[in-house]
Amino acid sequence: MTASSYTDTVTKRLAINTPQPAAKRIRGLSDRAIAWLFISPCIALLLAINIFPLIWTIRLSFTNFKSNLPNAPVRFVGLDNYRDILSDEDVWHAMQVTAHFVVWSIALQIVIGFGLALLINRQFRSHSFWTTLILLPMMLSPAVVGNFWTFLLQPQIGLFNYAVSLVTGIDPSSFQMIGDVQLSPWAIILVDTWMWSPYVMLICLAGLRSIPDYIYEAAEVDRASPWRQFWSITLPMVLPFLMLAVLFRAIENFKMFDMVNLLTSGGPGSITELASITLKREAFEKWRTGYSSAFAVILFVTVFGAANIYVRVLNKVKQR
Amino acid sequence: MTAKASAHSIVESSPRVKAFAGAIVILYAVITIVPLLWIGATAFKSPSDSIAYPPKVLFEPSLEGYVNLFTMRSRQTPEFIASLPPPSSWYEKLVRSQNMVIGGASKVVPRFLNSLIIGFGSTFLAVFIGTLAAYAFSRFRVPFADDLLFFILSTRMMPPIAVAIPIYLMYRELNLTDTHLGMILLYTAVNASLAVWLLKGFIDEIPREYEEAALVDGYTRLQAFRKVVLPQAVTGIAATAIFCLIFSWNEYAFAVLLTSGTAQTMPPFIPFIIGEGGQDWPAVAAATTLFLVPIVFFTIVLRKHLLRGITFGAVRK
Repeated sequence: MTASSYTDTVTKRLAINTPQPAAKRIRGLSDRAIAWLFISPCIALLLAINIFPLIWTIRLSFTNFKSNLPNAPVRFVGLDNYRDILSDEDVWHAMQVTAHFVVWSIALQIVIGFGLALLINRQFRSHSFWTTLILLPMMLSPAVVGNFWTFLLQPQIGLFNYAVSLVTGIDPSSFQMIGDVQLSPWAIILVDTWMWSPYVMLICLAGLRSIPDYIYEAAEVDRASPWRQFWSITLPMVLPFLMLAVLFRAIENFKMFDMVNLLTSGGPGSITELASITLKREAFEKWRTGYSSAFAVILFVTVFGAANIYVRVLNKVKQR
Repeated sequence: MTAKASAHSIVESSPRVKAFAGAIVILYAVITIVPLLWIGATAFKSPSDSIAYPPKVLFEPSLEGYVNLFTMRSRQTPEFIASLPPPSSWYEKLVRSQNMVIGGASKVVPRFLNSLIIGFGSTFLAVFIGTLAAYAFSRFRVPFADDLLFFILSTRMMPPIAVAIPIYLMYRELNLTDTHLGMILLYTAVNASLAVWLLKGFIDEIPREYEEAALVDGYTRLQAFRKVVLPQAVTGIAATAIFCLIFSWNEYAFAVLLTSGTAQTMPPFIPFIIGEGGQDWPAVAAATTLFLVPIVFFTIVLRKHLLRGITFGAVRK
């Protein structure tokens, strides 16, 4: 089952973790009783807050239920919701917007994050202090970040436009990052990259530090050029780490709601309306609960399926 | 690595390369941190300075932002203000100098308390439940352990809005909408997956010989868990708790959809701090600063465990 291959990859150590039963049972509860006693609260909570609602969502997705009209007759509509979604132009638009956002933000984060990791790995003086500073944005609340970037991205009074005008000489009031049809897709990518490049950096740094020195020493003895060393040693050995970072970032950005909702709330028009924002509009503004449940199921299946395929590829890369 | 015996290690970079690398990284760090410093500075600007063009780097510090954050005010005529008894405090004086009168405390303190209650409540529960489950997964042969662990993780792949649709309906039936208990339970469930995965990694690293020795000495399994494993896992538990706390602290999607007043936390509240004619930026910046400072502190504390936390324990060092 793909599920187990996924866990193997992500943890690495699950394989070595099939414990032997402890020596002999002495007294007290049996190990088996303790195991179930300890796991059951967790499973019970997840069943109540995650699985039961998921099943409910799937059930609702076959109905025309509207949660603002709880007493209206609920009709079973079969696969109509799914058919409507797959032929809904707004949904396809949202998926395209999401794809654009995910691909570009991750591409930029790989370049910046990997680049920074390579530089930090040079172990210059006080590098750990600067690394910690760089890491700060990713720990902050995405919603609060989105909110204060609307301030920084204001035309004229905003710091970003002012900084751009200082560097390039463009009039700071001549462009607006939020509210412009051309630029706002890039505004959300900009803020996401500011926030999450450190994430890729941190994981790449772990990858770089996992490469033993003797490999480079051997390459040096063989007079491999630095360029060659990068392509034949550094990159292949960091690749599994980089792919793991991409996996986590892709899942997170596919689900992205908070930062973008506060930065552009999908606007102007629906230029930056990501899938989650469309879902929120359908579910909590238009109150089309059945329809949005079907959309939620489709989104979940998409993430789940894509992640599984990706993890198979990742496993192949690691085995090489 | 730095203390190599050979003076000219091949893998050690030359001073010039190091200086170059350092310069670029420091430049990036400065650029990345300026937006945060700017918000911190904006909190001390007067409203007119905060929206000045060109943006003001040097300004006369003012506490107006913080005062506006904590108070509700109304604009009055100078004659009316002159007729009032003299201001009883420095902040009342400051507000009156803007031709305003304080009407009462704003909602920021209750919202901040909500963030604390819900954050700590859910963190405590998630770490408690997570430690038990992680210990069981780490030490015992649990049937379908891999599938269960994956199931626990997959709950994080759902977009929060998708989860919120049925939770919204369920909470409406159970009268849990906009309650502390409802939010604590929800965040506990989300955090439990992280807690189990992280803590399992930490507990896996504690040699099982310790417990086995304790068992041979006549401890029961539960006693061994309490007196041998838990003390060893304290660092891991603390790191996990901080990650859970940060998640609950930062969470927005559930909070904005499931709370409106009583249990509203800071993230959905901050964007709606408004003054006359739109957002009151110094007050928003003040709230943002107060909200972010604990996270900055925790990030520095967590530095060593950060990697593990953000990858669900997949990458450790």
